[in-house]
Amino acid sequence: MSSAPAMLKGVMATRSGKIGVVLVGFHLLLALMSPWLVPYDFAAQTALVDHAGPSLAHWAGLDTLGRDVLTRTMLGGREALLVTIFGTGLAVVWGSFFGVLAGYLGGRIDELIMRSVDIFLAIPWMIFLLLVIASFGNAPIVMILTLGFFYGIGVVRMARAATLEVVVKDYVLAAKARGESPLSIMMTEILPNVRDVLMVESAMRWSWMLLAFSALSFLGFGVTPPTPDWGLMIANSRIYLALAPWPVLMPMIALSSLIIGINLTADALAKSLGVDKTTRALV
Amino acid sequence: MLRLITRRLIFAVVTLWVVSIVVFSAIELLPGDACQAFLGQMAQGKRLENCRVEHDLNAPAYARYSKWAIGLASGDLGKSIKRSKPLEEIIGPRFRNTVILGLTAALVGIPLAIVLGALAALYRDRRADLWISFIAIFCMTVPEFIIGTLLISFFSVWLGWLPGIVIMRADAPLLDVLSKIVLPVMTLTLVMVAHIMRMVRTSMIDVLASDFVMMSQLKGVSRLRQVVMHALPNALLPTINLIALNIAWLMGGVLVVEVVFNYPGIGRLSVNAISDRDFPLVQAIALLMASLYVALNLIADLLALVLNPKLRTRGAKV
Repeated sequence: MSSAPAMLKGVMATRSGKIGVVLVGFHLLLALMSPWLVPYDFAAQTALVDHAGPSLAHWAGLDTLGRDVLTRTMLGGREALLVTIFGTGLAVVWGSFFGVLAGYLGGRIDELIMRSVDIFLAIPWMIFLLLVIASFGNAPIVMILTLGFFYGIGVVRMARAATLEVVVKDYVLAAKARGESPLSIMMTEILPNVRDVLMVESAMRWSWMLLAFSALSFLGFGVTPPTPDWGLMIANSRIYLALAPWPVLMPMIALSSLIIGINLTADALAKSLGVDKTTRALV
Repeated sequence: MLRLITRRLIFAVVTLWVVSIVVFSAIELLPGDACQAFLGQMAQGKRLENCRVEHDLNAPAYARYSKWAIGLASGDLGKSIKRSKPLEEIIGPRFRNTVILGLTAALVGIPLAIVLGALAALYRDRRADLWISFIAIFCMTVPEFIIGTLLISFFSVWLGWLPGIVIMRADAPLLDVLSKIVLPVMTLTLVMVAHIMRMVRTSMIDVLASDFVMMSQLKGVSRLRQVVMHALPNALLPTINLIALNIAWLMGGVLVVEVVFNYPGIGRLSVNAISDRDFPLVQAIALLMASLYVALNLIADLLALVLNPKLRTRGAKV
């Protein structure tokens, strides 16, 4: 257990951790500030020169519709970050609630929760996401709820496994012997001790959710044009790759650097907290 | 042992049954019924009524569910709203294509991943490991559609060796399919190898540090024999189940890869079906994918059972 500054210090202790934190910090800052920083309107079209390469006026060139690529890349991660940050939060909260419950109570309730998890894992989540978005639209709240639900299923497994290691410890037995209520034991004894595992897991899950979100928007289900989004930008400009690489390369670099940054941070966090990444399953 | 296998089989059937209920009710819960969703603006009056009659939507939900479920059990997947062909004929060839794609990627990827993972573990923290791990992290973190696009730009735009997208009929002959799937398979393999290789590496490192491997070293067993005969089988055991769990994720990846390469498989079919709001087709594909997942997990469990004598005892739980 350690405080947030101590955690950051632990992550920054390794070189890859430093790179990760810088990348993630850069993207978060950019997402917050970009509306005031961008040089152009993201939907404004320069009619005469589509597919123009980099120039002094347009540093990263123009896309198929003659829109400034740099502007769109700077803005293109905002919706993705908004959805995945809240989505991950939701997934971790509900997942760890049921995971800790299953791990602590054991018996029938454990069996019921874990069998339900097994069943839900069999559901092709990608089709479900597409279906929900096709029916309810792609408002951020819809995406947050569905992504949060599906990504929480894996958290249940992981939180349960972490809880099982803690429940046998003496301090939990002592709390039981003192006659504390199950709720207070879960909140004050177990949760603080599985927190490190949860932190690392949420970081990993965040990066997976970003992958899922970008895949959704690549398929055209993520954001509504002309809202700029990396996945959609890549999908739209992909066919002109040979003609104009910039509109594809810029969002590619942006998206990849963010996801790699999150992964490096998560790895460094795991190392500094001494958490063995027990769940390597991507579910 | 037999009891364990029966238990797993029963659970697989129950899983599929519950999944079919979840899939059915999820589609029930969506706003509007299948006909309204499909017809959109035109969903009114006679046209809507005809569609509902044709697709038997006026019956209560439980009756439609049981009709659907009984049909599924006898191999009748239902009736598409948009497409006039029976669903079996639409899904069949595309399902075959997806299986070919996945199977080829697995046949190439899994052995490669095991070798690379073992090498990375053996040369832990040395240059070979760092390179393998670096490339693996790249392939794991960069989305499939980016890897696919990069491969297209390299192999078809720049070198001009391979076609960038797959142009073929869904029911093309097998040889035809195989000759066209090089790039999609490569994309899928890269992602798969990266994930599995990391798992193999981690469990291999654990096993290499265990007593029995040290013991074999003391006995003077050669390094190669030690790794291949003693360490590797034990490192693969925990990996098998993880691979099966990751299959759910990889199936999402297959969907994206199929769209990137315009490959006629069930992933792309499902995206099209959702865009067309052809709910019966979506329902059938979702259940098909769930069955695939359940079957693969069952195989993984049985494989673990065969490989690990400890699980065969009476009281053991899988």
